[in-house]
Amino acid sequence: MYESFVNKALSKWMEGTGDEGDIVISSRIRLARNLSTLPFPHLLNSTDAKKVVTMIHDALQSLQAQEEEKDLVFINLLELQPMERAILVDKHLISPQHADEVAGRGLIVSLDESVSILINEEDHLRIQCLYPGLELEKVWNQASKVDDLFESQLDFAFDEKLGYLTACPTNVGTGMRASVMMHLPALVMTNQASRVLASLTQLGMTVRGLFGEGTEATGNLFQISNQVTLGRSEEEIISNLLVVAKQLIDQERMARHLLLKETKKQLEDQVWRAYGILTHARVISSQEAMSLLSKVRLGTDMGMIKTVSPQTLNEMLVLTRPAFLQKVKGKDISAFERDAQRATIIREKLLTEPLNQ
Amino acid sequence: MYCDECKKKPATVHLTKIINGEKSEVHLCESCAQNHHKEWTFGLDENFPLNKFLAGLLGYDPQSTQPSMNLSFSLPEKCENCGFNYNQMSQIGRFGCNECYEHFKEKVGPLLRRVQGANRHTGKVPHRSGGTIRLEREIQSLRQTLQEYVSREEFEEAARIRDRIREMEKKLGH
Repeated sequence: MYESFVNKALSKWMEGTGDEGDIVISSRIRLARNLSTLPFPHLLNSTDAKKVVTMIHDALQSLQAQEEEKDLVFINLLELQPMERAILVDKHLISPQHADEVAGRGLIVSLDESVSILINEEDHLRIQCLYPGLELEKVWNQASKVDDLFESQLDFAFDEKLGYLTACPTNVGTGMRASVMMHLPALVMTNQASRVLASLTQLGMTVRGLFGEGTEATGNLFQISNQVTLGRSEEEIISNLLVVAKQLIDQERMARHLLLKETKKQLEDQVWRAYGILTHARVISSQEAMSLLSKVRLGTDMGMIKTVSPQTLNEMLVLTRPAFLQKVKGKDISAFERDAQRATIIREKLLTEPLNQ
Repeated sequence: MYCDECKKKPATVHLTKIINGEKSEVHLCESCAQNHHKEWTFGLDENFPLNKFLAGLLGYDPQSTQPSMNLSFSLPEKCENCGFNYNQMSQIGRFGCNECYEHFKEKVGPLLRRVQGANRHTGKVPHRSGGTIRLEREIQSLRQTLQEYVSREEFEEAARIRDRIREMEKKLGH
């Protein structure tokens, strides 16, 4: 049952559609929920951890018996190879921590991979919804609906004053982390990114790299999320993030406009050089690929390159990750072989459609 | 060039160590280099985790080797439900169970003000475990709607909302 999730690279969030899809790659909502009857996951012994997984699995089955959420699939992580779990991490379906220690943990995923529920990660349930583009309200409605369905079957730990109770006090209250992943190459090129993004922390926002906590911002991709979960309603948190995202979009568009006006030739040169390297390289590191793909994406957004779709570019964010490259080769491959395989895949993907410039 | 250690895979990590002027070079493959990770980082924890900051805020310094006075006094304090004590909690920056929040109430309040800047939830309320507050919140928002109708002089609509509020208040036993 799980094969489709590790064999295909494409998830819903990579479709490249949605509002402001050229700058906002995806919108995500994560809700932390706990069962009121058992200690938090880090204190559970293996019997109780299994019990949590079973309770949530049972809840899903009884929901499905009532014709609800038919497209959610329960996955036993123990059946997956470490490499396959790494792919789920690259596709943003599970967290790295969830892939490392699998005993007593579980996963529920929707067929289009827009909904995933992590069982026994930091909290008993982590409900996550991921959509392409700037669609925070839509994602919130979806996440809240999944939350309501499971709440109809399970008793969640909730305090009238403190809200949803979570293992870590930084999540208590709404238990919600809302985030948008944005591609901001022009802000980086015009040296504005660090200043603009640093000021976001003063507004209670966090900025991270593509793969979440502790990761560097590669390929000019930034993940912006709310820091505070208590004292503000979900709608307030979302509308704050939406305002910030829209301002960043405006800034980015202004910077793009400026670059095009002042330095069109140089910009075109950079975009086409990046395209040239990607379509001809035989060995390429992840870092280099990410930064060149960012330039190709910019060129695509600005209408310079007409043969590459945003979906292909998003798909390549996952396809060029080490885990997926290994999966394709079907064995443990060295870093060098990986870089060669990456170059091959990028070439094939970019050249599938002939260039009609 | 092959890895100095396993001699099987090509060396991709090249390290030069200079200790007291003596230079030594090592060439390793990626997986062998992983094993030596600790040496190269001088045993430092490279990703200083959030929970250490939280630990500080929870009022306990995990670095201090000498137990302070208040530490030895607070040790026996345990959550009756899960048996987790406050010091364990402050070491990992997480609570043991949902009842810890109630049990360590006096400490939770100031902590949340520090990490969240607030100490009262104003968001979503679950249908079943939410108790009466869901109803109370709904009444509150209906009152706002009522005000809006009144100010727009749409009295028919306002009367309808007023009746709904009364009905809901009855449910609450007001």
